[in-house]
Amino acid sequence: MLAMVIDDSRAMRSILRRIVGELGFEVVEAADGQQALDLMDDGQVPQIALIDWNMPVLDGLGFVTSVRSRQEWRDITLMMVTTESEHGQIVRALAAGAHEYVIKPFTADAIAEKLQLLGFAGVAS
Amino acid sequence: MSAAIDVRADVHREMIGRFVESRSAIVLPAEKHYLFDARLQPVMREYGVSDLVELANQISRDGSSPLAQAVIEAMTTNETSFFRDIHPFDALNETLLPELIRSRQQSKRLAIWSAACSTGQELYSIAMLLDSAVTNLSDWDITLHGTDLSTEVLARARSARYSALEVNRGLRAQYLAKYFTRDGTHYLLAEHLRAWATFDRLNFIEPWPGLPRFDIVLCRNVLIYFELEVRQQIIRRIRDVLAPDGYLILGSAETSVGDVQGFTRLSVGRSTIYRKEAH
Repeated sequence: MLAMVIDDSRAMRSILRRIVGELGFEVVEAADGQQALDLMDDGQVPQIALIDWNMPVLDGLGFVTSVRSRQEWRDITLMMVTTESEHGQIVRALAAGAHEYVIKPFTADAIAEKLQLLGFAGVAS
Repeated sequence: MSAAIDVRADVHREMIGRFVESRSAIVLPAEKHYLFDARLQPVMREYGVSDLVELANQISRDGSSPLAQAVIEAMTTNETSFFRDIHPFDALNETLLPELIRSRQQSKRLAIWSAACSTGQELYSIAMLLDSAVTNLSDWDITLHGTDLSTEVLARARSARYSALEVNRGLRAQYLAKYFTRDGTHYLLAEHLRAWATFDRLNFIEPWPGLPRFDIVLCRNVLIYFELEVRQQIIRRIRDVLAPDGYLILGSAETSVGDVQGFTRLSVGRSTIYRKEAH
């Protein structure tokens, strides 16, 4: 199972890599939404993407919108992981096609529980 | 000498406590600081930190390091969360609530008791399930009653305000979007769900305040703290306030609490549910 961690902060990517890695995922990292799309076009298509909102080049919302416009990527689960905590932003992300939303800062348990809610049954609780 | 070292450790425990509070909105009063040693030992081993002093220094230098994250995690696990352990809520959503809504069509009355409600997430999780599952509850008399030993957690439950860290835990984003509004740094539950909830202090081993007749009682992860005899007495008293076809839900790790007398044990999905026996 492949997870893609998309965040412009290297520290945040390594925290998320550790958490989802311990839950049994292989992890690929991207530093912005465009890098993530490029990786996916090169064949690295994850089962789940953990997506920061504010990033250079292409932000998280733009990434979600791009993924949702591509039929062949419709099965990818999209989870925002962001400091954006306004109610309106949460609604916008869900409307754009994100399945879940985690507000930073978070605990490893929060990530694990969300992945369980999303039906990643193999995820250890 | 050792007293001096203890005082130094206490100062650093407090530092760590303040750090965790600032990052999690979970209050760690001094009398809970004993939790630190047990919970932080594995973290300190993993990160090669020799003692609390060094730990406090490291997290104050970099509050967003993996070590700091691990400290927050260790200190906030076991707190209550929305839809905690999910399976009992699946049983409620798919079986118990639809069945009770059907069988209560005449009286249009439903009462549920969260018997160790802590800060209210268990009770409000049920409120969200009810509101989502049933199209029209406006002519129903819904009572969601929460009790706890601690007046401090009851005040927080009544407020129905949760931090970002709390709404991250177990709560589907759709529910967060649908049932909460932003309130400063926190999230406030919708008024029409709060209106169903009542809260009262209750100590299991003291005389109980007046309680209505309940259709479902949740008493999860509490009985394990009592001796067998007291547990059985509490279960008897819960049985007394349950409707004839009412249900009792215990914690998933409480299958060994001994006999749950006067109840039939049912498997509903991946949960064990106890139905009151009529006699």
